[in-house]
Amino acid sequence: MHMVLMTPAWQRGLPFNYDSAAGIFPASFFMAPNFSESLVEMSHLSFGYGERLILDDISLAIPRGKVTALMGASGGGKTTVLRLIGGQIKAQTGQMLFDGQDITPMNQAELYAARRRMGMLFQFGALFADLNVFENVAFPLREHSDLPEALIRDVVLMKLNAVGLRGARSLMPSDLSGGMARRVALARAVALDPELVMYDEPFAGLDPISLGTAARLIRELNDAMGLTSIFVSHDLEQTFAIADQVIILANGKVATQGTPDEVRHSTDPLVYQYVNALPDGPVHFHYPGPTVEQDFGLELTA
Amino acid sequence: MSWYQPKDIGFAVRGHLDAMGFAARLFGRLLATPGYALRRNVLVRDQIHFLGNYSLPIITVAGLFVGFVFGLQGYYVLKRYGSAESLGLMVCLSLLRELGPVVSALLFAGRAGTSLTAEIGLMKAGEQISVMEMMAVDPIQRVLAPRFWAGVITMPLLAAMFSATGVIGGWVVGVLMIGVDGGAFWSQIQGGVDVWQDLGNGVVKSLVFGVAVTFIALLQGYNAQATPEGVAKATTRTVVMASLTVLGLDFILTAMMFTI
Repeated sequence: MHMVLMTPAWQRGLPFNYDSAAGIFPASFFMAPNFSESLVEMSHLSFGYGERLILDDISLAIPRGKVTALMGASGGGKTTVLRLIGGQIKAQTGQMLFDGQDITPMNQAELYAARRRMGMLFQFGALFADLNVFENVAFPLREHSDLPEALIRDVVLMKLNAVGLRGARSLMPSDLSGGMARRVALARAVALDPELVMYDEPFAGLDPISLGTAARLIRELNDAMGLTSIFVSHDLEQTFAIADQVIILANGKVATQGTPDEVRHSTDPLVYQYVNALPDGPVHFHYPGPTVEQDFGLELTA
Repeated sequence: MSWYQPKDIGFAVRGHLDAMGFAARLFGRLLATPGYALRRNVLVRDQIHFLGNYSLPIITVAGLFVGFVFGLQGYYVLKRYGSAESLGLMVCLSLLRELGPVVSALLFAGRAGTSLTAEIGLMKAGEQISVMEMMAVDPIQRVLAPRFWAGVITMPLLAAMFSATGVIGGWVVGVLMIGVDGGAFWSQIQGGVDVWQDLGNGVVKSLVFGVAVTFIALLQGYNAQATPEGVAKATTRTVVMASLTVLGLDFILTAMMFTI
């Protein structure tokens, strides 16, 4: 059932009205696909606040059609990567390519055009509190298209069906559990059939059932809608289960990049510490500062 | 502990200049949105309902009581000079010229301005503004503009309601309770109030106050730190800044309108 409704009309061989579809689908949807390997590419990119560098001369590639996981210690710049891709913050040096176009020098109109091809799921859903579930999912359609009400209804219910919340259409965001709110936000993020979906910590604070559902949805939506997905996560088990590629960031650099198996068996000390959840290692337990000897005056007595 | 250094002063000055520049740019962008507001007039309509209808009880009740007090105080003063029948004119002129626009703007800042600031501050705290930007929807157009134009439209209407209930309050106290002649009360108003000089200037004042109060409320909400404390502080700042701005602007406008 899910699969049928999530398959685009042109794949199901149903009559497809291209005039009305022009509003919902990005122009690139109708163009010959660009078969370059990666949809998102960062090359020699640096970003920091003041003198603190968050990302230091980083280069990575997000392959088209795959699910990529971004992992790493807190404060390691994972969310920063998502915000750079979305153009909410701009790189200080280096290139941030989305489908071959550099995001950094774009003006607002160009940036908004690029963002229409992306969907983003915020950590806690960020649903509009004054709109019900249906209107939340309908929001991007109403803003970016002049579709008739009946078609909006069908699209919204299709998206809600895909996340299993067709029956919750008239609830208000305050009535939803954390996991449900995130699924509604996911339906909203894919309402305009984006090419890229970014998830900022989709698993944070979910119970095991919701967590499994969220992970399965990321994988299924990616395959059924032909998306490219990037998600930030701390959950090793679920991440290794659904990701095609795992990137681990540490100290502003890419510590490793590869399939879950390669990452799990990596001998890199940083990656080893992360995958095995060790408290101390290349990522230090102590925040940099004066040494213990200096702070407690042990040098004087020695 | 340590003395302020020249660089701290420079830092503070630059911070204030930055905030002023941001506010000016935001104001400019809001003034450029009437086209969008017309196209999406349903959004403006909803906000007029929200800001206007929910402010109506406080505005009318306050107007009524101000009218009561004016009827009473005005009668005592006017009676001394044997001109108690001018009570209607006095109540009406002071409401139309000053109290109507000013007091309703102060109440509007307290009732509607704070709710605007809190709403937008909470949207920011809940990442709803960010999510809108990521959907390629400009939050200044979609969220701020309808509220801005709704505030500008609502303010003169509320001031008119305030003045009308105020005059009725003055009539109730002066004519019904004290016994001033009803015919004199109304005919003095009819003869002594000038449509352009008194009513028109009052409307201009309330339009200016509407722009000022709504803009301050929106700016504080949009600039609020995305935390509960940040939203609370921003709401307080809205009331303080909007009230002072209204009173200051009132002096300037009165000086320009009534002394030439």
